[in-house]
Amino acid sequence: MTDLDRETRDALAELLLAMADDEFVLGFWDSEWTGIAPILEEDVAMSSVSQDEIGHAKALYELLAELTGGDADVIAFGRPVDGYRHAALMNHARTDWAFSIARRFLYENADAVRLESLAASAYRPLAELAVKMRREETYHLLHFDLWLRRLAEGSDESHARLAAAIERLWPDAQAVFAPLAGEALLVAAGILPEPLETLRARWLERVSPRLTAAHLPVPAIPDRPGADGRTRRTDEFAWLHGEFTAVASSEADATW
Amino acid sequence: MVGGVAARESAVWAALAGIPDPEIPAISLVDLGVIRGVAIEPLPAGGERLTVELMPTFVGCPAVEVMRQQIGERLTELCICSEVAVELSFAEPWTSDRISPAGREALRRSGFAPPMTIGSTFSGDSLTVLPIATCPYCASRNTTLENPFGPTLCRAIYHCADCRQPFEAFKPV
Repeated sequence: MTDLDRETRDALAELLLAMADDEFVLGFWDSEWTGIAPILEEDVAMSSVSQDEIGHAKALYELLAELTGGDADVIAFGRPVDGYRHAALMNHARTDWAFSIARRFLYENADAVRLESLAASAYRPLAELAVKMRREETYHLLHFDLWLRRLAEGSDESHARLAAAIERLWPDAQAVFAPLAGEALLVAAGILPEPLETLRARWLERVSPRLTAAHLPVPAIPDRPGADGRTRRTDEFAWLHGEFTAVASSEADATW
Repeated sequence: MVGGVAARESAVWAALAGIPDPEIPAISLVDLGVIRGVAIEPLPAGGERLTVELMPTFVGCPAVEVMRQQIGERLTELCICSEVAVELSFAEPWTSDRISPAGREALRRSGFAPPMTIGSTFSGDSLTVLPIATCPYCASRNTTLENPFGPTLCRAIYHCADCRQPFEAFKPV
């Protein structure tokens, strides 16, 4: 599929960038738990999950670089704060454990819905990568489903913190499915097999009963997320950006 | 080096079978099942290119670059072709079912439980419970999963209630 017209290619680049940035930024946030998670097993687990996400981001940035003739490292580390396209869900600092678990639960389910659909993408390199990533993401899904139940059924405090985190993150979680420029072209070309709004509905059908089963409130379902769901940035993200670009920007054109 | 394409390709496979996995050196790259294929093709400008298709076990596996480099160096030494290319491939997903019987035995001997066989229909949906593992030391099935995540992306941590040993298992994926 090398005969993409310019508009469709630009739209595909937006999709790849959105997915890569989701994985990249969340991978960096949660890597902060290495060494300070509540239990030793979680130091290992969060580190491993974060390494998976950064690896997925790398593979997606490489697909993007092949498509646009760019360089994956430059795309990953060479953009200003407002050049990133992760969903608003990834704008928040890691905060406490309940907050990080709530975000992972919401995100892993959204990512699963997205990858399942993209496994049938007409853009073969993306379909192949989605098939491979799904197998790894299954472990994340199981792990964070378990943690959601563990905190929900733990103490009054863990339940309260988790419920508050879900409530706070809920509107920004919708932004994983925020409309993309050129989305209609991607759907028409079969690159995005289903519209993002269809995927959001599927995600809601999946997370809502799990929240109810864990005796957590299901917040009201917001309207379709706005187009700014992937462009709004926060001071917290600006701080993280300074951290993850520090090495790359300290020595431009360095080679490893 | 002279010889037919088939003979040279089998020399390549033999060389690859001598390269250990960088993270679990007990097993070779061929037994790990990460080599999808080997091909020798003539180049338009003369000479030939040897292409090796390498399948990452995990997308984010940091050992992939080491594997790539080791394969490139080893095959360049063989002087079978004027060019050697090692290409990453996701054309089909690497699955832990690709580990050969010899590879499974090598894992077990070095204290890693081989992965549970998952079958070709596995897509991510069917792993609804975390896998069980057989203790590589005493063969007991009386084991518990301590952590589905371990020191590398492809490993999980278990404990055997019979011989009271912690051990690692290769994750089914």
